Amino acid sequence: MQISDDDSGTADPVAVLTAVERTYRSGEIDVQVIKGVDLLVRHGCFTVLLGPSGSGKTTLLNMMGCIDRPTRGEIVVAGTHVNRLSDDALADFRAKNVGFIFQNFNLLSVLSAYENIEYPLVLAGTPVKKRGARVSKLLEAVGLTDKAKSRPGQLSGGQQQRVAIARALVRKPRLVIADEPTANLDSKTGASILALMRNMQRRYQISFIFSSHDKDLIAAADDTIFIKDGAVRSIRRKRTDGEVVKVER
Amino acid sequence: MNDLALAARNLLRNRRRSIATMLALAIGTAAILLFGGYSKNIDYSMQTAYVRTGGHLQIQHSDFFHFGSGDPTAYGISAYEKISEAIRKDSVLGPMVYVVTPILQFGGIAGNYSKGVSRTIAGLGLRAQDQRRMRDWDDFDLQLIFPPSPLERSQADAAIIGTGLARVLHLCEPLKLSDCPEGLQPGKAQGEALPDDIAQLSANEAAATAPTKSNTSNTIEVLASNSRGAPNVAAVQVIAAERQAFKELDEVYLSLHLPQAQRLIYGTETPKVTAIMVQLHHTADIPAAQARLPVVLSASSEGQRLSVLDFRTLYPFYVQSQLLFDMIFGFIYCLIGSIVLFTIGNTMNMAVVERTVEIGTLRSMGIRSSGIRRLFVVEGLLLGVAGAVVGLVCALLIGFIVNHLSLTWLPPGSANPLPLRLSILGEYRMILGTVSGLVVIATLSAWWPARRASRLIIVDALRHA
Repeated sequence: MQISDDDSGTADPVAVLTAVERTYRSGEIDVQVIKGVDLLVRHGCFTVLLGPSGSGKTTLLNMMGCIDRPTRGEIVVAGTHVNRLSDDALADFRAKNVGFIFQNFNLLSVLSAYENIEYPLVLAGTPVKKRGARVSKLLEAVGLTDKAKSRPGQLSGGQQQRVAIARALVRKPRLVIADEPTANLDSKTGASILALMRNMQRRYQISFIFSSHDKDLIAAADDTIFIKDGAVRSIRRKRTDGEVVKVER
Repeated sequence: MNDLALAARNLLRNRRRSIATMLALAIGTAAILLFGGYSKNIDYSMQTAYVRTGGHLQIQHSDFFHFGSGDPTAYGISAYEKISEAIRKDSVLGPMVYVVTPILQFGGIAGNYSKGVSRTIAGLGLRAQDQRRMRDWDDFDLQLIFPPSPLERSQADAAIIGTGLARVLHLCEPLKLSDCPEGLQPGKAQGEALPDDIAQLSANEAAATAPTKSNTSNTIEVLASNSRGAPNVAAVQVIAAERQAFKELDEVYLSLHLPQAQRLIYGTETPKVTAIMVQLHHTADIPAAQARLPVVLSASSEGQRLSVLDFRTLYPFYVQSQLLFDMIFGFIYCLIGSIVLFTIGNTMNMAVVERTVEIGTLRSMGIRSSGIRRLFVVEGLLLGVAGAVVGLVCALLIGFIVNHLSLTWLPPGSANPLPLRLSILGEYRMILGTVSGLVVIATLSAWWPARRASRLIIVDALRHA
């Protein structure tokens, strides 16, 4: 893979995929969903995976998010060869380095907004005082201070996704994975969520990688990776001066 | 938000299902405890009845237990007063002992010759005052009131017989017994005289027991072989009939004052007894008393070969009944344990299916598979604890109500109706065993669904519709 002359972030990539393949067993047939993908995801960038349905976007995201393993190939996330880790070590790695934002928000319905954001810190054993400060700061950042005690069922879709964003960021991960984060939101709410994610990504210098069909999202991205039939077809990168360049493959 | 708090909230997520599951466990716990309380009460009632009549321990000739029923008098104990006194005065045994009293068992024939009937009997010579004290024993506070023995303060030749024996000997009318049919009169001429030889023996005995006037309507003759094998007869006044626990015993039972029985068996020889009964203040002292008695006996028994037997050995029916109830208790426990296992397992399985996406989310957030397993097991544990505690409270409440209804029942092996009580409060071992056992079953029943949850593939779980 050749990289263009604007390689800011490539010296310390957040994820590197080398000859990654992923095959699923469907009944008697093996279906190869990802076919030898080589990819470098820049650190501190807003990266979007683009492609038609069934192209392998979600599978690729899942593998970069360390919740799925490649059938072949090597994945390095935040400098760690993640497919060499045991199940428990991978769980610990995810807890520390990866945040997730889901299309359906996936908040824990029995916890309040505050508790949902706090939960990853509880799992990490963060002291109560420190937890409180961190959660309050994030609630303020996503504009939900007044909804701290509300359960997910009492929040709108946009508000739930804001909570999910705060939850994904609460442990200051290196990488946030978002699978079609605005797909279940109306366009206005989707735009506000996009603005929020972009804002948070810049504020906390976290790498965001997400899949989307949303044109606004794609326009806002630093890097756009086009996928088709399980392979990366092209990559476009926005340079610091705003010019978009195509990475040769 | 620790595991316990999260598990509690997850259980409240589907309140109706959780309450139904908890109630199933509560009903199971209550059922086990109520049966356990009932079974304990039977145990205590039977133990009280046996200890009141036979004491906790009996000192017998070493061979009496196995061979004594054939010829009780051949296994007599001499120096029984000395032995009894040594037990009472022993520094270790003294404080434990409530009553020490001798008894003499013998076999013979009782005849009501004026009616032309006779019956083999199992005779018992005893000290009525000691028996009365023994009947006061109430270590389990059952407040069972046994009527005082009519033998106490009665004449020296007085006797008590079983109601069955009274019926057989046609003594229902003289003893004014209700529910005691007279039946057919024997074909022989009534009022026929005693055979001469028997009458002579009886007359000799009557002369020895001065206050009796013989041949009243409730006089019977007791024929027994004395210690040398020769026949001996005593005329005794039947002053009352007492119903015995079993029909077989009821038709042969005869008790009389110990000196009268000793005169019948030993005549002018040194009187002996067949056993010395030792009733302790508390059943729990049996092992200590059993350990000490050989020391006391070796110093006071004058070289006789004696054994000490506890009431469990003497009355195998008690042990068999206990085993029967233990088995029924175990069966009910297993049955309810299985129901709990499947009920909670089913509830947790449904919870796993419903929360599959949540499991995927938690795993993606970095919870290890063991953390997921722990979460569901804790939910099972909480359900178990809640159900067991509610069940315990229900059982105590029902027990309290039943115990205050003054119900009675006639258990097997008992001559008198006993209060129907449920001994639950204070039975800490039973309560702890039942509650902890069911909590463990509840926790284990959650383990399999929890394991299934922990092994879900994250991406599949997240895709779950």
